[in-house]
Amino acid sequence: MKRLYLFIPLVIFIALALLFSKGLKLDPTAMPSALIDQPVPAFSLPSLSSEQRLLTRDDLLGEVSLLNVWATWCPSCRHEHPYLMELADQVRIIGINYKDDRAAALLWLSALGDPYAFNVFDQDGTLGVDLGVFGAPETYIIDPQGMVRYKHVGVVNERVWLERLKPLVVKLLAEADS
Amino acid sequence: MKRLFLALLLLLSAGLSGAALAAIDTYQFADQETRLRFYQLNDELRCPKCQNQALGDSNSPIAIDLRREVHRLLGEGNSDREIKDYLVARYGEYVLYRPQLSSHTLMLWLTPLALLLIGLAVVLLMVKRRKAPHGTLTLDATEQQRLKALLAEDKELK
Repeated sequence: MKRLYLFIPLVIFIALALLFSKGLKLDPTAMPSALIDQPVPAFSLPSLSSEQRLLTRDDLLGEVSLLNVWATWCPSCRHEHPYLMELADQVRIIGINYKDDRAAALLWLSALGDPYAFNVFDQDGTLGVDLGVFGAPETYIIDPQGMVRYKHVGVVNERVWLERLKPLVVKLLAEADS
Repeated sequence: MKRLFLALLLLLSAGLSGAALAAIDTYQFADQETRLRFYQLNDELRCPKCQNQALGDSNSPIAIDLRREVHRLLGEGNSDREIKDYLVARYGEYVLYRPQLSSHTLMLWLTPLALLLIGLAVVLLMVKRRKAPHGTLTLDATEQQRLKALLAEDKELK
């Protein structure tokens, strides 16, 4: 019986090793969005292309959309941009130009192409705070009723699109059709 | 006396430089109490972008935005609770350095207590074991005689 006690440290070691090896695989930057299955917060912000045109939450409704938070100061956004150009045929992409310079953003779109149906110009990041944005790029899947269904932090590339976004988008599009 | 003064001065400057490390914004407050609440919230809220920095400690754009929000909410007369709820609704419980007690934070709150209790139990057990008598120490007649013989032998050898 006493001998068995000698194994206690080993058992503790194995338990801790298992725990820590699981911890190693966790992504410390992964943060579940608090907004999943919540409506997109109300906002009233100018469009990027025209200062006079005010956009609100209502402009997002009616279609399954990707809501893409981007900025010209964000290197990953530049990396992401070509793939968004490809995706624009498959799903409506709405941009949130986040804490950016209007002229620089317009130049970006004219030089690199414009995958967005329209862009919300969120200069002070107020919509960003309401959405829980903490960096760019971030991409939300919005259903036609304006509910946030998914949030992806980081670059959308082919792998992310095929593995995480597309299945849900296809499902939502099918629901919207029926 | 002079040395004491110098030491005090050094301590003071160390404290000041610590404060200077924190991010600097220029905010106006209605009163001193609000100002202190602002600093306290900055310490208790966690910057969502940074891995482990308080809101008041970070210069990342999101931390600057959130400090501005906290300042605005304070100005609108919200309580600390309401301000924390506002941020949790947007960024999740990640932003709280002191998470609320709920079913999925139960382990976080109770594990230290459980470890403390286990530690206490182990200590009590060890103390009890140490106090326990190590059997009786009386010898019967034959043993007494053997002991005497052995001692006598020992003496002779010397």
